[in-house]
Amino acid sequence: MAMDLANATFRGYRRENGRVGVRNHVIVLPVDDLSNAACEAVANNIKGAMAIPHPYGRLQFGADLELHFRTLIGTGANPNVAAVVVIGIEEGWTRRVVDGIAETGKPVTGYGIEMHGDHETIMRASKTAREYVQWASEAVREEAPLADLWVSTKCGESDTTSGCGSNPTVGNAFDKLYPLGATMVFGETTEITGGEHLVAERCRTPEIRERFMYMFDRYQEVVERHKTSDLSESQPTKGNIAGGLTTIEEKALGNIQKIGRDCLIDGVLDKAETPDGPGLWFMDSSSAAAEMVTLCAAAGFVVHFFPTGQGNIIGNPILPNIKICANPRTVRTMGEHVDVDVSGLLRREMNPDEAGDALLDMMIRTANGRLTAAEALGHREFVLTRLYESA
Amino acid sequence: MIDFVVHDEGDSVGVVVVEGVEAGAELTGWIMDQDEEIAFRAASDIPIGHKLAIKPMKTGDTVIKYGIDIGRVVADIAVGEHAHVQNIKTKRW
Repeated sequence: MAMDLANATFRGYRRENGRVGVRNHVIVLPVDDLSNAACEAVANNIKGAMAIPHPYGRLQFGADLELHFRTLIGTGANPNVAAVVVIGIEEGWTRRVVDGIAETGKPVTGYGIEMHGDHETIMRASKTAREYVQWASEAVREEAPLADLWVSTKCGESDTTSGCGSNPTVGNAFDKLYPLGATMVFGETTEITGGEHLVAERCRTPEIRERFMYMFDRYQEVVERHKTSDLSESQPTKGNIAGGLTTIEEKALGNIQKIGRDCLIDGVLDKAETPDGPGLWFMDSSSAAAEMVTLCAAAGFVVHFFPTGQGNIIGNPILPNIKICANPRTVRTMGEHVDVDVSGLLRREMNPDEAGDALLDMMIRTANGRLTAAEALGHREFVLTRLYESA
Repeated sequence: MIDFVVHDEGDSVGVVVVEGVEAGAELTGWIMDQDEEIAFRAASDIPIGHKLAIKPMKTGDTVIKYGIDIGRVVADIAVGEHAHVQNIKTKRW
């Protein structure tokens, strides 16, 4: 039976700024590598608080530093997060992250370690984290239309079944979400190589097309500058090649099945930028799974469609990743990682419309609170994109 | 039963979607865009997810999948043979 999507709703947490989240995390966010230990200690003290450690935040500068701040602030601002404790080695950059998150209106407090040490910082931050966790635990889910849902996509450990099964399933779902006014994003800039003309044709206006081609060409220049002979075993990856993908063009044509056949590209974002309206957005990004998903979370997306062929097991601390797989061998050998099995597509037992509906059904269940495979298995890959060396 | 799928009738390769395909096996294929069935004999052992040639290709030819260029042939490929990195290379990078 076809879904009545126009009247479908989900139950989420409406935040102070009007956005709707599908999770209710209290996070303890380090500004820099030095503060990971204190953040993890706080999360250990306070049940229900989650530390999100990462290795960066020192001596970055210019666009790379701006991206660092944008990613941390965006992560804290994401509506899947109820409240945030920020810890940094010193007050200044800590304050900058706190002020950015505070624009959403959600509770956020920052602590600098210098002049206090780890012990006192952990004690003070733990008190705040406890208050936040208890406050957040009383939040109540409320009904919201699918137009309030922000859905991102990126595939990983793709193989040829991705292009004929799991990626077209995402495309079918995107084509159905688009007319409802949902906000969606795709990216993976190098992974469009060979199909960039097809993506360019889907841009709504010449200005958007020009901006897309600027981002595409900018990334090609990075590849040209750093490549050795080619990108053998990196793009496509060794896993992709083992799965039967031969060239970047073949991988790209499979990849772009994720944007469906009908929906148009309404805008182009730089890494971790937040869209300012509904529709389908292209975000310039790495094609490495954890980097791209981290950028999607920082841009404000609350549910992620992650198609895989060979079995990428990635998750994210705050953004639920729904795994879609059409490879029957992967479904058999790695079933605990798969949320939506669409291998029936390749046996002609399921059509793309049914596969898209199965994904949308799982999307609503996930938005309502069902833990994804990656969440249940504890996958919390939080990987910041770096643009160049530190100073 | 479907052993391999082809995206478009103009394609030069199909994708094996079952495990254990060995040389000599009779394979049934499904052309997805035109919703038609075709039959081929495998000329190599081909793992699941890997491609078989459904048109003969000579060195220098362009390989077509999804109706679009996915690379160039670097060693001749006969119909039914395994088409992968040993005989196809990217035209980019």
